[in-house]
Amino acid sequence: MKIEVGILGNADGSAYIEMGKNKILAAVYGPREIHPKHQALPDRAALRCRYHMAPFSVQERKSPAPSRREQELSKVIRESLEPSIFTEYYPRTAIDLFIEVLQADGGTRCAGITVASLALADAGIPMRDLVSACAAGKVDGQLVLDLNDVEDKGGEADMPVAYMPNQNAITLLQMDGMLTGEEFETVLNMGLEGCKQISQLQKEALKAKYTVAKEDEKEEESEEEAAE
Amino acid sequence: MPVFYENKQLVTPGDLLAENDYISGENTYKESNKIYATRVGLFGHEDKRVYVVALKAFYLPVVGDTIIGKVLEVTLGGWVVDIRAPYVAMLRASDALERSFKPQKDDLPSIFDVGDTLVAKIVAYDRTRDPLLTVLERGLGKIARGQVIEITPTKIPRVIGKQGSMVSTIKQETGCQITIGQNGRILVSGKSPEDERLAIMAIRKIEEEAHISGLTDRVTEMLRKEKGEKSKEEVTENVSKEN
Repeated sequence: MKIEVGILGNADGSAYIEMGKNKILAAVYGPREIHPKHQALPDRAALRCRYHMAPFSVQERKSPAPSRREQELSKVIRESLEPSIFTEYYPRTAIDLFIEVLQADGGTRCAGITVASLALADAGIPMRDLVSACAAGKVDGQLVLDLNDVEDKGGEADMPVAYMPNQNAITLLQMDGMLTGEEFETVLNMGLEGCKQISQLQKEALKAKYTVAKEDEKEEESEEEAAE
Repeated sequence: MPVFYENKQLVTPGDLLAENDYISGENTYKESNKIYATRVGLFGHEDKRVYVVALKAFYLPVVGDTIIGKVLEVTLGGWVVDIRAPYVAMLRASDALERSFKPQKDDLPSIFDVGDTLVAKIVAYDRTRDPLLTVLERGLGKIARGQVIEITPTKIPRVIGKQGSMVSTIKQETGCQITIGQNGRILVSGKSPEDERLAIMAIRKIEEEAHISGLTDRVTEMLRKEKGEKSKEEVTENVSKEN
């Protein structure tokens, strides 16, 4: 798994993730003035989210027009990130979030939430916590974590979970397939464990952006000293 | 009642900073007696106050701030100004004219036109209304000459320095006029482009090294060195011409 933060120059905040075979880019603009004006909310910022899959992200070419699935995922991702943002600090503004799936292999909504949260933090938007997401499920009678495309389609159950570790709050919980009550609990806990691990990687990635900058400076300084 | 980080340690949103008796400062929030960070930044605490110095943020208007804005639009009764904040600011014609505004006589585009850069002051702002500006004070108004550069608004206090020590150093060393907008725009105007280049270089250095101590000394040293090299070159040029 590879995460990079702040890789786009023109966006206010950005992040990139490679999680398994998934490759996803997220960009954030704002808070900024909202257009069209009627979308403005009087008491908080409006989070607008666009999840989009590139035509070349899947085996069979996908039409670039937003599909029903993408519209639903945009809404689901928006609702799983909104609790983490202090939207009430910036009434009448918009925070625009773009999630671009470059290569997909199952579990793009989870990876999408994970990068999007980093892009928001990179944009300097005040947040309650970082949101990390991970899927768990059941394949061939086995309870498994982080399913890929084949496991998702061929398996018995798939459960994406988004989680704020410091708040101990679940912001997204979906499931399809069949699980017994006991299995459900185990799978949920597995998912949460996965989220906690991803959260560590998120923090490292976010800190890496600034520590790298610091090290560069140190190197420059030592070079200067050496030159002198 | 512990604090979980050391001063100047890097924290990320959601990190638990302190518990119980502490007071939540900048870029933090308190929930059930626990204080968490809301932005990526450097941790700090003074007495009971816990805060985070953000490494990246955007400008939020504060009444009384001097800012540098760009005119976006001329309307019937004033101007719409971009101030690098989540909100656009309004400058009413009556806040730009010494006398009362007469819509039939006064031609607004001839006062400020789209694209003009202004030094202005925020006179009113709250979360229900867009910020209002004025240019009716000394040192405010249209910028006629110089260069405007943009830096992260969080670094503005470092550019100013303790009691303005940093700006006055740069002003002294380069002979440039420097106007700092709290919104992260800085106007530099000097006698020659070379002076302006030096001042901008110094500001960029401050922006990059804001978190390393002993900054004022290093900036002074850099400026003197640069100036020294420049004058040496001039001397050698003159010598070679004479020869």
